[in-house]
Amino acid sequence: MPTVFIPGSMRELSAGQAEIQVQGSTVREIISELDESHPGIKDWLVEDNRLKPNISVAVDGVVSPVGLLQDVEQDSEVHFVAAISGGCLGGMLAAV
Amino acid sequence: MSTQNYEPNMVLSTTEFDVIGTRPVRHDGADKVTGRALYGADIELSGLIHGAILRSPHAHARIKSVDTSEAEAHPAVRAVVTSADLADAGDQMVDLGEGAMPLKFLRGNVLASGKALYRGHAIAAVAATSLHDAQEALKLIKVEYEVLPATLTAPDAMRDGAPILHEDLKTTELGKPTDKVSNVSNHFQHVKGDIEAGFAEADLVIEREFNTATVHQGYIEPHNTTVLWNNDGRVQIWCSSQGSFTIRDTTAAILEMPVSQVKVTPMEIGGGFGGKIPVYLEPVAAVLSKKSGHPVKIVMSRADEFEATGPTPGSRIKVKMGVRNDGKMVAAQAWMAYEAGAYPGAMVVPGSMCVFAAYDIENILIDGFDVVVNKPSTAAYRAPGATNAAFTTETIVDEMAEKLGIDPLELRLKNAATKGTRRADGPKYPRIGCVEVLEAMKNHPHYNAPLEGPNRGRGVAIGFWFNVGLPSSCSMSVNADGTVMLIEGSPDIGGTRTSLAMQAAEVLGIAVGDVRPTVADTDSVGFTAVTGGSRVTFATGIAVIKAARDVRDQMSQRVARIWGVKEEDVEFEKGVFTSNNGTKNSITFKELAKQLSSSGGPIVGRAAINPPGVGGSFSGNIADVEVDPETGKVTILRFTAFQDAGKAVHPSYVEGQMQGGSVQGIGWALNEEYFMNPEGKMMNSSLLDYRMPTSLDLPMIDTVIIEVPNPGHPYGVRGVGEANIIPPPAALANAVYHAVGVRMDRLPMNPVAVMEAIWEKEDVPA
Amino acid sequence: MPRKVQVQTKINGEEVEFLCEPRQSLLEALRDIVGLTGSKEGCNDGNCGACTVLFDGRIVTSCLVLAVEAEGKQITTIEGIAMGNELHPIQQCFLEGAALQCGVCTPGIIVAAKALLDQDSNPSEEKIRLWLANNLCRCTGYDKIVRSVQAAAERMQEAR
Repeated sequence: MPTVFIPGSMRELSAGQAEIQVQGSTVREIISELDESHPGIKDWLVEDNRLKPNISVAVDGVVSPVGLLQDVEQDSEVHFVAAISGGCLGGMLAAV
Repeated sequence: MSTQNYEPNMVLSTTEFDVIGTRPVRHDGADKVTGRALYGADIELSGLIHGAILRSPHAHARIKSVDTSEAEAHPAVRAVVTSADLADAGDQMVDLGEGAMPLKFLRGNVLASGKALYRGHAIAAVAATSLHDAQEALKLIKVEYEVLPATLTAPDAMRDGAPILHEDLKTTELGKPTDKVSNVSNHFQHVKGDIEAGFAEADLVIEREFNTATVHQGYIEPHNTTVLWNNDGRVQIWCSSQGSFTIRDTTAAILEMPVSQVKVTPMEIGGGFGGKIPVYLEPVAAVLSKKSGHPVKIVMSRADEFEATGPTPGSRIKVKMGVRNDGKMVAAQAWMAYEAGAYPGAMVVPGSMCVFAAYDIENILIDGFDVVVNKPSTAAYRAPGATNAAFTTETIVDEMAEKLGIDPLELRLKNAATKGTRRADGPKYPRIGCVEVLEAMKNHPHYNAPLEGPNRGRGVAIGFWFNVGLPSSCSMSVNADGTVMLIEGSPDIGGTRTSLAMQAAEVLGIAVGDVRPTVADTDSVGFTAVTGGSRVTFATGIAVIKAARDVRDQMSQRVARIWGVKEEDVEFEKGVFTSNNGTKNSITFKELAKQLSSSGGPIVGRAAINPPGVGGSFSGNIADVEVDPETGKVTILRFTAFQDAGKAVHPSYVEGQMQGGSVQGIGWALNEEYFMNPEGKMMNSSLLDYRMPTSLDLPMIDTVIIEVPNPGHPYGVRGVGEANIIPPPAALANAVYHAVGVRMDRLPMNPVAVMEAIWEKEDVPA
Repeated sequence: MPRKVQVQTKINGEEVEFLCEPRQSLLEALRDIVGLTGSKEGCNDGNCGACTVLFDGRIVTSCLVLAVEAEGKQITTIEGIAMGNELHPIQQCFLEGAALQCGVCTPGIIVAAKALLDQDSNPSEEKIRLWLANNLCRCTGYDKIVRSVQAAAERMQEAR
């Protein structure tokens, strides 16, 4: 099962857990699954059916340009990280 | 330099190609050495009039009234605008394709409404038949201000009772919105391992506090724009920006029109370094054009550049690091407060992601604070946030090495991040070149050369920057003579037309001179994100490679049709198509190009991508200095820059990035600084008093390109534009220490700062 | 508004006559009246060197010269450096040596370098750095500029 790493700021939604193993073959499925067991996580990460603009997902260390649509392997590590933009503006406003 | 056969510029290549790795003359070169290249301010249009902007003389003031009637009555004036001419932004977000931004911040920075938040904040604008008349008319605008107390540094703005910039800005605390109105827009953390346990394990703990000054990108060409609001309602913009599409989308959002109603034509751009991404002038010039019926040109003055465009944040950073006697770093903690300027968005997020990025440390705690202050809204500046951060870490690592009696490069190698190292913000690194950069530094003749004489010292430091991918589009058409037109959308700020054409030529097996690159306007090419984040040669490069492969595949189909063979029987290598079905046919790319119209019509390749697999870049410096103990002046005797380029597409321009970034870092380290008076007025807003390095201040900047291929790019390319600015302040601070025995904890290390440190050490009253 | 003034001057070897306001700088006249936009405005106060031209053979920042002062003088701008269709050796060496990135300081630097090489055919590195110290370049760190001026000096000596 893929392992999702929960950023410090989200851990009150995960009952303090830093890592959670979740079923799913895409980032979207993983977030849905997480939201079942830990309600609120989806609202934290997703807006208008996509990741919030200042959040990126990194799967196995590689930041995905397709966000929720990214495929995830069974042994993957999934991290939600701050989006680094081309040098300015929105991407720098928030850390996850 | 006494060493025989010493090469000042080395490339440690691991892979060879036909075109990539060579050093052709750039395609736009002749235009740029003859004065023919047209930059933004060079444009002339029929009926053009000139705009000028009235700016706040106060760092913080309520705008009680603006009376423009006398200016409007000036005979040469054709239009006047104030913030009342722009629609209220409400709570909308603008999605710029690479992150979103509240519209009210973008709009508020373009023309102040309600309050002026920094000296230089735009209040109103005038367009007149000549620039001199426009400037005269500005003096006729009467603004009544209620001057408010200003707060100018992060620590001051964070204290209870500090003047509040935005009454509706509430702190986001560890990811959660709060009701606390303050100048801290965001406090966040990165947590890895157990910081207490880490420090308990340490034999040596070093803790220091650092302060770095606000500095400016300092590009030589000021911001400029020319806008025509046409009679059909379409807005045409000619400007020199790092992101044509960012200008288009932001301007459309502020003017509340569909993006298709705005066309941006990129002119040549005279430097940017991150400072030419935000929008300042375009919406203002657009409304002036609408009101006057003329195209309007606005060019910023140099004082406007300093006072009203994005500098990069000043910062206060406290760092504590623990190491065992065997040299293993076991704990690292940072408290980082960056000045965002007037609106949220200091570069503290990437700064926090870079502060310990070079090292594999088990236990890390980082607190970051994004703090608004009454200074211009900050913008990106080459690896934004990382230079401030590395200055702190890298000087502490030098002190560790000294106290442990370990060579400073050996100590770094012992702790160097490598593939699989988990970063403070969570993910593991893919293949990176930290170790290779450190090895190259250790083996370089500079590191092993004797440095003799009093008050001389050698310092080293390294730095890391993530780089970015982001969307790019391009198309490529084949001419009948076998040359190729490449249409792309990345404004060329330093030779990327050629680094892109080289990648196309490599795929197609033709000469780089046979590929003609054009940077297209926003009507003529698909969405392409900014020239920033060291992304063009990497990301637009991948788009170009993909489009070239599309051309190649379509050409193969033609070959198959002409020869009557199956497509899979056609092979292509080094510009020649061959058939392997026994007939021994062969045809060159150029010969085939002649037959395109008779074999099915023209061929156009295309690609539009958003690539994963961006490769971060490590850089390093070895610096020798001499410090004058009487004046505190630091003279650089020798300087060598190292950087992992993945694969250097055009080594001369990679060296150029390394040298230019190094020298910007040197300026940041030794001289550059916004001197603010207590009321928030910048006292040195000219290029005489804001002292950027001149040719006379510097030695040659030697370079070593290291190539640790990035698996995310077909030729291994990593972006090289940014990481080079990160190490110089720390390398020079360490060199100053080894010269005169003082640990510098602030930037710039100008003569005053160095003398104060020397006096403090010698217990002399300053 | 003050009446415009007629100015007769020689720019890049050709007689030129123009009308300007007394307050206009030579840089404004070159760019906005004569239409030679190769000289760039980086600061308009003489500190960046992007508008460098030769004024009777001397290096000046044209933003600090009044246009009316050009009366009867010989002005050389970046547009007058190439020899017909052929690039000047300094220009050629700048291209081969990758001595420009954004290119906006390049016109001023090439004009200043030409003044130097006209005066000293074999300048030391120190002298090149001194002569170019009024021309700010923010992209290159000057290394490749200095090397390209050295290369041009060598090439010009070989051609003699």
